[in-house]
Amino acid sequence: MSPERTLRGRTAVVGVAETEYYKWGKSPDPEFKLAIEAVLKACADAGIDPRDIDGFSSYSNDRSEASRLSAALGCKQLSFASMQWGGGGGGGSGALANGAAAIATGQAECVVVFRALAQGQFGRFGQGPRIRTVSGHPAHTVPYGLMSAAQMFAMKVTRFMHDYDVHQEALRAISLASYAHAQHNPRAVMYDRPLDEAKYDSSRWITEPFHLFDCCQENDGAAAMILVSAERAKDFPHKPCYVMAAVSGSQHRAGAPVHNTPEYASSGFTTVAPRLYAMAGMKPSDVDVLQSYENFTGGVLMSIVEHGFCAPEECNEFFTIENLLAPSGKLPLNTSGGNLAECYMHGLGLNIEAVRQIWGESTCQIPGANVAMVGSGPMVTPVSSCIFGSEATL
Amino acid sequence: MTPYLRSGLPKPVPDSDGLDAPFWEGLRSERLLLQRCNGCNGWQWGAEFVCHRCHSFDLRYEETKPDGIIYSHQRVWHPVHPALAEQGPYIIVLVELPHADNVRVVGNLIGDPMQSLVIGARLHGVFEHHPEDDPAHTLLQWAVTD
Repeated sequence: MSPERTLRGRTAVVGVAETEYYKWGKSPDPEFKLAIEAVLKACADAGIDPRDIDGFSSYSNDRSEASRLSAALGCKQLSFASMQWGGGGGGGSGALANGAAAIATGQAECVVVFRALAQGQFGRFGQGPRIRTVSGHPAHTVPYGLMSAAQMFAMKVTRFMHDYDVHQEALRAISLASYAHAQHNPRAVMYDRPLDEAKYDSSRWITEPFHLFDCCQENDGAAAMILVSAERAKDFPHKPCYVMAAVSGSQHRAGAPVHNTPEYASSGFTTVAPRLYAMAGMKPSDVDVLQSYENFTGGVLMSIVEHGFCAPEECNEFFTIENLLAPSGKLPLNTSGGNLAECYMHGLGLNIEAVRQIWGESTCQIPGANVAMVGSGPMVTPVSSCIFGSEATL
Repeated sequence: MTPYLRSGLPKPVPDSDGLDAPFWEGLRSERLLLQRCNGCNGWQWGAEFVCHRCHSFDLRYEETKPDGIIYSHQRVWHPVHPALAEQGPYIIVLVELPHADNVRVVGNLIGDPMQSLVIGARLHGVFEHHPEDDPAHTLLQWAVTD
């Protein structure tokens, strides 16, 4: 990749924040107010005047529209407003990439990457549609009782587990890691609610191969990150957390309708991960800590394989709780508790946690972490991932 | 046959763009019609306006045998729609169609919801008519071939 055509080291995160995280429907505030609160808190964390934000970047059709936010906050001007296509959390790192690209190419000076959700106000994700008729591609799945996210993805995971003889214990280890880390994180909705093997094993099936604890929560709240150029980043209270790479996409015909994508048993990162590493100039062994989006544990497993941390044939040996725990595991995973146990803020909390690891401010800190990776939204299309680095990685 | 799932789920209707109307009409007369390209003769599913191989817009609907194999499967336990509140577990299969370039369709596997599920198992299609529904429609379900 030519040096001119890269995001490597061009931008840095200088502030992050989240609102209080709630179980779905429990937020006392409407969604747009949550978005404002998260943006203001992130500005305070960065030590900037909110009026200096000139760019807004989000994903998954966030309802908190950029122009309304800019007006509400009295921003001096709006230079950049971007929505990453695609549903679920596939755009978490893609929205970061878009914001970083805007700054790197001179389109904006200070971009906030954000996501806000109030499912009590707008309805839950994990429920089927209450409609009389259905048309288009959903007409070929919904009448057969296939309509929730868990149901859309379960058959990908089952096929992968079949092809590589992956055992249920591998999925369990991913869930246990998130819950173990959440016990150290007072922000986590599942703080003080530990999980053990017996509780996982006896939990009900949602749809095979997903037990209850293989599935993310549904939550209300908002999260935001402030992004500026690398040159400006040196002047802020936090030490700069550089965006070393951020990419999005999916493989050939990932969106082929009615489950006809050729690489079916996949999280969607097979073309994204090589571009990520090429942009960062890094390899999997350079990564100190990983935040990998748990919509469902099986998606994490395939993401980690497709990012090159583990061969598909080695999953049963690799995915053990010992390997995934901070600080000493081989690959500390989801150190805030992630979507399973901290909060399902469509994964933006994972990006924030990666930044905190670089700053040394995680509640499950990896000593001396210089490289933190995020994989966003496995099994949707497009997906995205990013790598944050300390100054030492430039 | 008795419908596999309890009634009350959204009923399928052809898309307003007309793209998949022949598929739904075909099922009503117990024929499985899928897209096939007049340019390169390849099969394609789900329906699209253009052939993804050769970019021909000249696609026809052609009948194929409703014989398939299990490509993947799931046994669903948690109901996410009120119509299924009392359903209990049910099976969804992703069925590969060897007679149509291995394109896939989604259906239910009829019979015991606790039956063992084997990737690669041979299936045959079973047309499940819903003539009393508004609008009337037919679903394509699947059963294991001995």
